[in-house]
Amino acid sequence: MYTEKVLDHFNNPRNLGEIEGANGIGMVGNAKCGDIMQMFIKVNDDGIIEDVGFKTFGCGAAIATSSMATEMIKGKKVEDALKLSNSAVVEALEGLPPQKIHCSVLAEEAVKAAVEDYEKRKAEKQA
Amino acid sequence: MRKIYLDNAATTALSPKVLEAMMPYLTTVYGNPSSVHAFGQEAKKGLDAARDQVAAALNCTPGEVIFTGCGTESDNTAILGVAEKYKNKGKHIITSSVEHHAVLHTCEHLQKQGYDVTYLPVDEYGRVTAEQVREALREDTILVTIMFANNEVGTIMPIPEIAAVCHEKSVLFHTDAVQAIGHVPVDVKAMDIDMLSLSAHKFHGPKGVGALYCRKGIKLPSYIMGGAQEKGRRAGTENVAGIVGLGAAIKLACDNLSENAAKMAILRDRLMRGLAEIPEVKLNGHPTERLPNNVNYSMKYIEGESILLKLDLSGIAASSGSACTSGSLDPSHVLLAMGLPHEIAHGSVRLTLGDDTTQEDIDYTIEQLKEIVAYLRAMSPLYKG
Repeated sequence: MYTEKVLDHFNNPRNLGEIEGANGIGMVGNAKCGDIMQMFIKVNDDGIIEDVGFKTFGCGAAIATSSMATEMIKGKKVEDALKLSNSAVVEALEGLPPQKIHCSVLAEEAVKAAVEDYEKRKAEKQA
Repeated sequence: MRKIYLDNAATTALSPKVLEAMMPYLTTVYGNPSSVHAFGQEAKKGLDAARDQVAAALNCTPGEVIFTGCGTESDNTAILGVAEKYKNKGKHIITSSVEHHAVLHTCEHLQKQGYDVTYLPVDEYGRVTAEQVREALREDTILVTIMFANNEVGTIMPIPEIAAVCHEKSVLFHTDAVQAIGHVPVDVKAMDIDMLSLSAHKFHGPKGVGALYCRKGIKLPSYIMGGAQEKGRRAGTENVAGIVGLGAAIKLACDNLSENAAKMAILRDRLMRGLAEIPEVKLNGHPTERLPNNVNYSMKYIEGESILLKLDLSGIAASSGSACTSGSLDPSHVLLAMGLPHEIAHGSVRLTLGDDTTQEDIDYTIEQLKEIVAYLRAMSPLYKG
């Protein structure tokens, strides 16, 4: 059902949990559908995502896609993180069952929500 | 690594004794039971003996037993057969909202054909009452079909009471007893059941064979058309080895029923007590009126499929009513019908014991589940510790 890569990220999630000094936090999904993802990012003055963490309520694919998404944006510029697509996450996981593709969409949305929160906070600070 | 199979409501291991009974019919006794020659007649003897075994287990006559390909086929045969046969009397069917899809989807199919179906709601434990059935009965009701015991939460329905209410109004009563046979006593005469579905692989028999008990005098059209097998009630060359296996398995299961059920209920209760120690969990199904092999808990703030994957890594096989295991975005229709909110239904885990389950298995499972729940909660944004 799941690829080895998915199972690896499910069993050994990368960047799990809240992080110290997060300046962007996004939460997407809803409990009714069975998936909620929360993404924490810490962006430095150069606009680079220095640290990232996640918390997820959901199935194996939801946990694995969150984990993979954090790996893919860590150390990247904020504008590059925004370019992360769900299909890139699926590809990096070497595939997902068709009914689980929505989990990868959620991961993409979680990254975007965290970045949006960061941008909002930054704008507020500058104002 | 330990391997613990706690998904016996999905299917059970074939009993070695059952396999032994089947072996001749997979090897030397290969005749077609419809043939007049000795090869055929020897196979026929196997069929007859199996029919006697099923009849003895259910307390009916051998002529009232129709062998089918599975429990689903038995359900389909009974429901579609009654619908077809009695359509001039009426087109109303009563069932419950927690039936297996073999019943629910068949009823939905009939609705598209112009039948009217009442899906009775259930209480928080997944039960319907005889009184609810009485109130739903109409002049044009031709069939009531209510499961004996629920496959997900193990709740046992008040079958004799429901059957009595149906018969006050001369309405036929069918029950899907797929999960009940071999676990709780079933007596079709004493319980006044008109039709009953069962499946061999749920009680250590082979897959691909089931039976329908159909009370003498109820003449249903054959669901599968063709030859005159099963006295014209189910065409197709009989799965002789499978049927012999069904016979052997039902005999084994019912001969030792009270002893096995008592032993299993002790282990079930041990597992329930152990899981109840985990904070913020909810028992699904009736606390006492439940199958001796069924435990179903919702673990709040986490999702069922991830629990199953973690359990699998610990060597434990279980099942869940989460959406992720149902192939849709909605969790189990049974849990929703019992009034569980979606997020709690998503976190359900079903553990179903078998004949070989030991106390050590139970203790190991409790210990593993406690760790898994704590681990997954730690990563859940819903859990505030």
